[in-house]
Amino acid sequence: MIPVGFSYRRASTVDEALVLLTEHGDDAKLLAGGHSLLPLMKLRLATPEVVVDLAPLDELRYVRAEDGAVRIGALTRYRDLHTDPVLREHAPLVAHAAGVIGDPQVRHRGTIGGSLAHADPAGDLPAAILASDAVLVTRGPDGEREIPAAEFFVGPFTTPLEPDELLTEIRVPARAGIGWGFEKFTRRAIDWAIVGVAVVGDSVALINMGGSPLRAHATEEALSQGASRAEAAELAAQDTSPAEEPHASAEYRKHLARVLTARALASAAA
Amino acid sequence: MSVMGTRVVRIEDQKLITSGGDYLDDLREPALAGAAHAMFVRSPIAHARIAGIDTSAARESPGVVAVYTAADLDLPRPDNPFAEPLLARDVVRYVGEPVALVLTEERYQLADAAEGVDIDYDPLDAVIDLDVALAGDTLLFPDAGTNVVDASEGELNPDAFADCEVVISRTIVNQRVAPAPLEGRGAACAWGEDGRLTVWLSTQNAQLGRGAIAGGLGVDAALVRVITPDVGGGFGAKIGADPESITLSWAAKKAGKAVRWTETRSENLVSMTHGRAQRNTATIGGRRDGTVTAFRLEVVQDAGAYPRGAALLPSLTALMASGVYHIPVVETKTRSVLTNTTPIAAYRGAGRPEATAAIERAVDLFAAEIGLPPEEVRRTNFIRPEEFPFTTATGASYDTGEYEQALDKALAAAGYAELRAEQAKRRADGDPVALGIGLASYVEITGGGPSGESGRVTINRDGSVTAHTGSSPHGQGLATTLVMLLSDQLGVPMDRIDVRHGDTDEIPNAIGTFGSRSLQLGGSALRQAADQVIEQARELAADLLEAAESDVELDTARGVWQVRGAPSAGAVSWAQVRERAGDTELTADIWFDGTPTFPFGAHVAVVEVDTETGKVSLRRIIAVDDAGPVVNPLTFRGQRHGGLAQGVAQAMLEVMNYDEDGNPTTGNLADYSFVGAPELPDFELVEMSTPTTRNLLGVKGIGEAATIGSTPATQNAVIDALAHLGVRHIDMPTTPMRVWQALDEARRQSA
Amino acid sequence: MKITMEVNGESRTEDVEDRTLLVHFLRDTLGLTATNIGCDTTSCGACTVLLDGESVKSCTVLAAQAEGHRVTTLEGLGGNGELHPVQSAFREEHGLQCGFCTPGMIMASVSLLKENPKPNRQEVREALEGNLCRCTGYHNIVSAVMAASGQEVAG
Repeated sequence: MIPVGFSYRRASTVDEALVLLTEHGDDAKLLAGGHSLLPLMKLRLATPEVVVDLAPLDELRYVRAEDGAVRIGALTRYRDLHTDPVLREHAPLVAHAAGVIGDPQVRHRGTIGGSLAHADPAGDLPAAILASDAVLVTRGPDGEREIPAAEFFVGPFTTPLEPDELLTEIRVPARAGIGWGFEKFTRRAIDWAIVGVAVVGDSVALINMGGSPLRAHATEEALSQGASRAEAAELAAQDTSPAEEPHASAEYRKHLARVLTARALASAAA
Repeated sequence: MSVMGTRVVRIEDQKLITSGGDYLDDLREPALAGAAHAMFVRSPIAHARIAGIDTSAARESPGVVAVYTAADLDLPRPDNPFAEPLLARDVVRYVGEPVALVLTEERYQLADAAEGVDIDYDPLDAVIDLDVALAGDTLLFPDAGTNVVDASEGELNPDAFADCEVVISRTIVNQRVAPAPLEGRGAACAWGEDGRLTVWLSTQNAQLGRGAIAGGLGVDAALVRVITPDVGGGFGAKIGADPESITLSWAAKKAGKAVRWTETRSENLVSMTHGRAQRNTATIGGRRDGTVTAFRLEVVQDAGAYPRGAALLPSLTALMASGVYHIPVVETKTRSVLTNTTPIAAYRGAGRPEATAAIERAVDLFAAEIGLPPEEVRRTNFIRPEEFPFTTATGASYDTGEYEQALDKALAAAGYAELRAEQAKRRADGDPVALGIGLASYVEITGGGPSGESGRVTINRDGSVTAHTGSSPHGQGLATTLVMLLSDQLGVPMDRIDVRHGDTDEIPNAIGTFGSRSLQLGGSALRQAADQVIEQARELAADLLEAAESDVELDTARGVWQVRGAPSAGAVSWAQVRERAGDTELTADIWFDGTPTFPFGAHVAVVEVDTETGKVSLRRIIAVDDAGPVVNPLTFRGQRHGGLAQGVAQAMLEVMNYDEDGNPTTGNLADYSFVGAPELPDFELVEMSTPTTRNLLGVKGIGEAATIGSTPATQNAVIDALAHLGVRHIDMPTTPMRVWQALDEARRQSA
Repeated sequence: MKITMEVNGESRTEDVEDRTLLVHFLRDTLGLTATNIGCDTTSCGACTVLLDGESVKSCTVLAAQAEGHRVTTLEGLGGNGELHPVQSAFREEHGLQCGFCTPGMIMASVSLLKENPKPNRQEVREALEGNLCRCTGYHNIVSAVMAASGQEVAG
C-alpha cells in the first residue's frame, strides 16, 4: 500500500527539527528509523501532513558512559545498540533487547528513540528501559526535560511528549556486572512478544501485559521482602489486564507472565 | 552416461539470480505501455446488503480513468443458484469480495481514488460457524433454500461397527490456511486492434484461464490469448483464472485502454482462495490385536462464500479416506456448506492432506486406546505389496506401494528406538520439556482430475530442439527436468533444447499444472512426442545412410544416427536429418492420456514441547517420499523440502482466523503465521523408488506428497509428547495456548 | 521533490513524489524490477536491498531517506559479468524455486555474511528471519549461504 500524500522535510539540527514541529504541530510526525511510522502510514492508519526526517541528526547517534550512566543518543539504531561494547558492559539488558527486535533489516533502521516514542505495549525496548529505571531526556521550545521511564509510558502508544517536543537522549544507569534476564515469548522468531519479561537486578518489567509496559510491582515487593524467586514470580500477573486475542487469551498471558518472570529472574541470578 | 537421475543444476536460475524473474508486475510489454492501473474496492463486511454506492468522489480523484460497479457490468450472468458475481451487486458475502473497480493513470493514485468510493452497507447476520451454516437459519442465497452446495450422502450403515471390540470417534479440524504464494495474483489485459484480447496472467494454467475468461466475457475462446510470465508460486491457488481477471478484461475494453492489476498482500490474504477448511469426524473400529476393521469419515467442507472448490476437495478426501490401510468397511459422507468467508479451493494437496490427517490421527487414537505402539498398528493394517493393484473400499485404484518398507526406512533413519528411550528417560526425570515422536504413513493421488496433457517436439533446422509442453511450471524446475528427458532420449545436448510453455497461441490445447501431474502427464507427452519424432527421423536417416530403416539407430551418446553395429560407416546429425525433411516439419504433437498414480511414503516428526508454556519446537523431520524413478534428484528433493515446510507449518503455525462477525483476524503477513526459517529444522530425506506402470516414465507426482505426510506426523508428535500427561488430541495449529489448554484440561480430568 | 542517490554504482537523480517508497523508486522510476514486493507490512523481505551495504526492506524506506546514500540491488551485485558468490551458491544448492523471494533473500544473505562471515546453519536461519520463502522450505537457502561462506554445507 501507498501512504497518503505528505510533505517530506529534513531536519539537519535538533533546533531545526523543533522549528518544524512548532510550525506544524499535530500535523507533523517525526521520522527516526521509520519502522513504526512508515508501516502505519502504508496501511493509512497514520496520515501526517508533514514528515520530518531526523536522519541527518548525527549528533543524536552515540553511546557513551558518563557520570554513572550510559547515555544513548535517541537516533542510535538497534543494530548499533546490540553491538556497542559500552552498552553491552554497562547496560547489557538494553543491548540484548535491541538485538531481538524484528529482524536484521529492521535492526539496521530502527532507532531507540523511535521505539520509545512510539510506545508500543508489545515493544521490547520500552520494557528494557522501564526495568532499567532509565531517564528520558527531551528537548522542546522551553528547553530540556528529564522524564523517568516510569512516567514515560502512560498508555498504548501514548507518552508525555508534546507535539513540539523531541526525545534526544536515554540515560540508563550503568550497572556493569548486574544480573539481568530477558524472556520474549513468541510463536515465530519474527513476531512481536505475546508476553515478555525484562529483569535487571530485582526490577521486573512486563511486555504486552496491558496498554503499556508495566513494572511487576507485586513481584518486586515480594523479592524485596525476601520471597524466593519462584514465589515472587507467581505474583507477576497481579494487577495486569492483558488483551484477549485469538492465540493468546488474557488468562494464558497471565500464566506466561508468571512462567517467564521465573525464568528471567533465574537468568538474572545465574 | 545418461543424464537421467543425476543432479542437474537448474537452467531456470541464471535469470532469476541476476536480473530477477519477469513476474506480472515486472512486465514492460509494448502493449501495456500507458496501461491504467487497477484496484478493487473490496467489502470490509462479511455479510451485508449494499444500500448504495457513491463513486462521485472517486471519479474526481487525481488521475482516475474509470470507476466501475456491478451496475456498469454488461456481461452474461451465469444461471446458477450460487453464482458468484464479478462485482457484488446487491449483497456482499465475505470480507474481501470485490464491489468496485478503480482505474487510474498512475499506481500511486489508486489508493487515493479507491478511498473515494463510498459504499453504504446494511449488515446481515454473518454465518461463520459450520453448524450454524448447516442449520440454514441464515442463508447466503435465500433463493437456493440451503447453504449446502454439494453433498455425497453415502448410506451410513448403523451396524458398520457392530463387530468391533473397540470403536473411537473424534472430530478433527483441518483448519483453513492461506496458500500465500510469495507473488500474489496479478493480471494485465490489452485488447488489440484485431479485436483479440491478450491477458498476461499469473496462473498455473493458461489454457484453463483462457476458457474462464472467454466464458466470462461471452466471447469465443479463439479471441483470447493468455500468456503466463514467470509465476511466483501458486500452490493450487492460481489454477485457471479468478473472476478478477474477467472483470479486468471487461474493464480494459470498456475503458478503451490496457489495464494492469497486482494485488497487495493484505488483499491476497482475504481474496485469494484459502485451502483445507474441513471439519472431519473420523470413527475407527477394530480388534484389540490392532486390526482395524471399519472406518467412517464424515466431512463437512467449509466452502467459503461461493462454491469454487466445494465439490472437488471433499470428493478427493472421501476417495482417499482409508489411506494406506486395507480396511474392509469404509464409509464416507461429505457435505460442503457456504459461510461468509473467503472461498475455498485447492491448496497443495487439495483434499488428500485432509484425508491423511484424519486417518493418521484416527490410527494413533486407536493405537492409544488399545495400548499398542502406533507403528505396530500401522504394520498390522498396511495394504501388502502383493495386493497391488489394489482397489480400496472407496473405489481408488492404487497402482503400486511398499508401505511397510517406507515406514521401516523412516523409523530406521530416525533412530526410533533411541528416540523412544530418550522420551522414556525425560518422562522418568520429570523433564518439563517433553519429547514427542509422530508417525504418518500416507498415500495420495497424483495426475487425477482432467485427463491427459499435451506435448510437442520439433527438430529445428540447426538440429536444436523446441519442445512445447502443456504443463505450466511456476517454480518447480520442470523445464530443467523436461530438457533432461529430451536430451536423454534424443541425444541432443541440454543447452540445445528449448522448452516453451504458457502461451495459448503457441500451445492451444493443454491442462497445465496442478495435482502433481506435470512430469507424469506432461513429461510422458513429450516422451511420446519425441518417440514419434525419432520414428519419423528413422526413415530420413535410413535414406541418408543408405540403409534399411530397421538397420539404423539413434546413438544418444553422440546425438547422431548411424547404421546399427557399424558406427564407422558414417553418421548423420539431427540437422542433416532435418534438412532431408525439406519443407516438411520434423515434429510430433501428442496428447498423452494417463491414469492417476499413487505416491506414498512415511514421515517421522520429532518435537519438543515446553510443558510450562505450551510452545512446540520441531527438532527433526524424517521423510520417505516414494514417487518412483527420479529424473533430477536436486529438484525432486526441493519439492519435498517445500512440501515439508508447508505441511509442518499447518500443523504448528498457520491458520486463517475469523471473528464471530466474519472479520479476518489474520489478514496480513504480520498476523498470519507464515512459517520462517528459524521455525524449521534441516530436513532429513530418505530415498526410495517404486515405479508405476501407468505412464511412460514410471513416475508419480512429487509436488504435494511431502505436504501430505508431514502435517499429521507433526501433529501426532505434539500429542505423543503429552500422551503420558493424559492428552489424546489437540487440533491444528498446535499453538502454545492450545497445548497449554490441553494440558490444563488433562490435568483437571485426571485430578 | 528531486532526489539523488547512488544506485548500483551510478548516481541517479530523479523527480518523485515525497511519499515515494524506495522500492517503487527502484522498480517504477529506475526500472530495476529484480527487487520484488511480497507484502505490505514489512514482513516478507522480498524487497530487501542494501543501503550503504546493509540490508533494509525497501518497502519501508522512503526514496527521500536514501538521498545521498548508496543502494545496491540484485542487478548490481555481481561485477564484470561474474556472479557474486552468494548468487552462484543459490544456483548450485538449488536455493530458489519460483524465484520471487530470491532477490531479497540473496541481498539479506550478502548482508548477513558481512556481519557474520562464518555462520552456522542455525545462525543463518535466525539471520534470515525477516525473509519469507514459500517454495524451498529454507533448507537449501541455508545450504547456499553456508556454501557461499566457504563452509561445509552439511544438512
